[in-house]
Amino acid sequence: MIKPLRFLSLLALLAASAPLRAEFVVQVTRGQSEATPIAIVPFSTPQESAASFDVAALVGRDLANSGRFNPMDRADMLSQPHLGAAIDFDDWRRLNNDYIVVGQLVTQGPDRFNIQFELFNVLTHQRMLGYQIGTNRAGLRLASHQVADLIFEKIIGVRGAFATRIAYVTVVGHLPNRHYRLYVADADGENPVVIRDSNEPLMSPAWSPDGQSLAYVSFEGQLSSIYVQDVKTQLDIATQQRHLVSAHAGVNQAPAFSPDGKKLALTLSTRDGNLDVYVMDLTTQALTRITDDPGIDTEPEWSKDGQSLYFTSDRAGGPQIYKISLTPGSRPRRLTFQGSYNARPRISPDESQLAFVTQQDGAYRIATMELSGRADPTVLTKGRFDVSPSYAPNGAAIIYASRDRGRGVLAVISSDGRSQHVLVSQEGEIQEPAWGPF
Amino acid sequence: MKRILCIGMLVCGAVLLAGCPKKPTVSEPSSTTSQIPASSQGGSGAGGASTTVTPFGADESGGGAANANGPLAGRVIYFDFDKAEIKPEFAELITTFAKNLTAHPNLKLRLEGNTDERGTREYNIGLGERRAQAVRRALMLQGVAEGQLTTVSYGAERPAVEGDDEAAWAQNRRVELVYLP
Repeated sequence: MIKPLRFLSLLALLAASAPLRAEFVVQVTRGQSEATPIAIVPFSTPQESAASFDVAALVGRDLANSGRFNPMDRADMLSQPHLGAAIDFDDWRRLNNDYIVVGQLVTQGPDRFNIQFELFNVLTHQRMLGYQIGTNRAGLRLASHQVADLIFEKIIGVRGAFATRIAYVTVVGHLPNRHYRLYVADADGENPVVIRDSNEPLMSPAWSPDGQSLAYVSFEGQLSSIYVQDVKTQLDIATQQRHLVSAHAGVNQAPAFSPDGKKLALTLSTRDGNLDVYVMDLTTQALTRITDDPGIDTEPEWSKDGQSLYFTSDRAGGPQIYKISLTPGSRPRRLTFQGSYNARPRISPDESQLAFVTQQDGAYRIATMELSGRADPTVLTKGRFDVSPSYAPNGAAIIYASRDRGRGVLAVISSDGRSQHVLVSQEGEIQEPAWGPF
Repeated sequence: MKRILCIGMLVCGAVLLAGCPKKPTVSEPSSTTSQIPASSQGGSGAGGASTTVTPFGADESGGGAANANGPLAGRVIYFDFDKAEIKPEFAELITTFAKNLTAHPNLKLRLEGNTDERGTREYNIGLGERRAQAVRRALMLQGVAEGQLTTVSYGAERPAVEGDDEAAWAQNRRVELVYLP
């Protein structure tokens, strides 16, 4: 069905990363021909085998998944230096590398490690980066993602987003015994932690701007309601506080935190079932109605300045995307005109671009549109059921829900559509990814 | 895994056709008119599996007729794609429910709106709500008190049937009428 989603398994990288525990299987499905060649030499590791951790493999996988880098197969390396002084630049240049990363994982005490690494330009021999990151064992993955972030930013000029988190929903089991779980995991799908577990649907996870809490919709009690739950870094379900923030009669849906984290946009219904967008003050729980139209108004997304909302409305027939100022009495402005179905707007972090779901040839796909100018939307994906787009906090990629051989998967595509990879869970259907902040 | 899934779906489909209730825990009150016996269309128990198996959605009806044999027959109203209009073939069902509710003012009915999986999840919640409201209005037009009816929209989150073709979708675009205990 989604043929493009299963060819082009890039590199022996997956083999190289085999020692890493894999909650997800990652398949690179769209490579980028002009990816920058880089050598990430395996780091020296402490003598104790208990401390072994393959920093270089994780860094290589992050960089490859971004589509911007093509890490060299370590089997082709002629030598494996760990310090800049030991690099024979001519060798690495002959192997067509633009950059080289060398480093060490050093034990500094009980459960205390230091990752030291250096980045060099192979042609100029210039030392571009040198950092050390202290961590405990539990933090080795995060520290390795931070190494990848620093390399990405130095070479690409955009902050890396590898050391961030995603939230998503899984559905396990078959009818009539479906089971829903809300997860938070590392951006590469590792370290998943269950945030909520329910026999009734869970939907629409939305991050607070500080990354400390998630809003989501739960149908527990067979009614839709919105909760806000703590998801601090040291995740411990037992101590996580959870607040019921909206349980009005009817629909309580589509939560979205304002950029300052003080308000929540949401969708509520009147008694006769008309859905409109509201804004709730999270301190006082006071509600302000933003839209007032007999059509379905939903899926609010805040503008960067917190003064407007993007939303989906079918007031003109099919669903289209609109923007409305929060100033009382404002009229919404329609933004999408091509096609009969454009919904679920998400803005890029700099608000230059809008990502949304569009219908094309009977399929649902992720499209982007520049918010300034008059350029036509670009359809980025090729699946039949591509929905729920969410930007990485650096704007370089969009994560979305897709389908592979009848199964719900997460896919990540670069914002320019040139590279793509898929995360296939061991656990059944995955849906509704939401990429957290830095 | 894939194989198990397929078998699971086949079994599920067979069970559905054989007339097994989807939610055995929801007990419908003593009302006699609320439930058209599944046995009138096919087997009602484990032994009644000789039901005629017709491919779902193979006709042009958008699912209405195809569901006449289903276990949910008599308490589910099916809709066309992206539509919330109640089709004429469900008028009788509405009347049956309306009569029962007006005769028993203490009865409470929950209208659960659902959509097929296509489109965005939150917009589908809106669509499901619209369908539930269409049924609510139709019941109220026939004299049912507002206080007897509640609605909920599950959008695409609780499909009756798994699958990504029109046969499955037709089964999922529905409002389920569920008496509350």
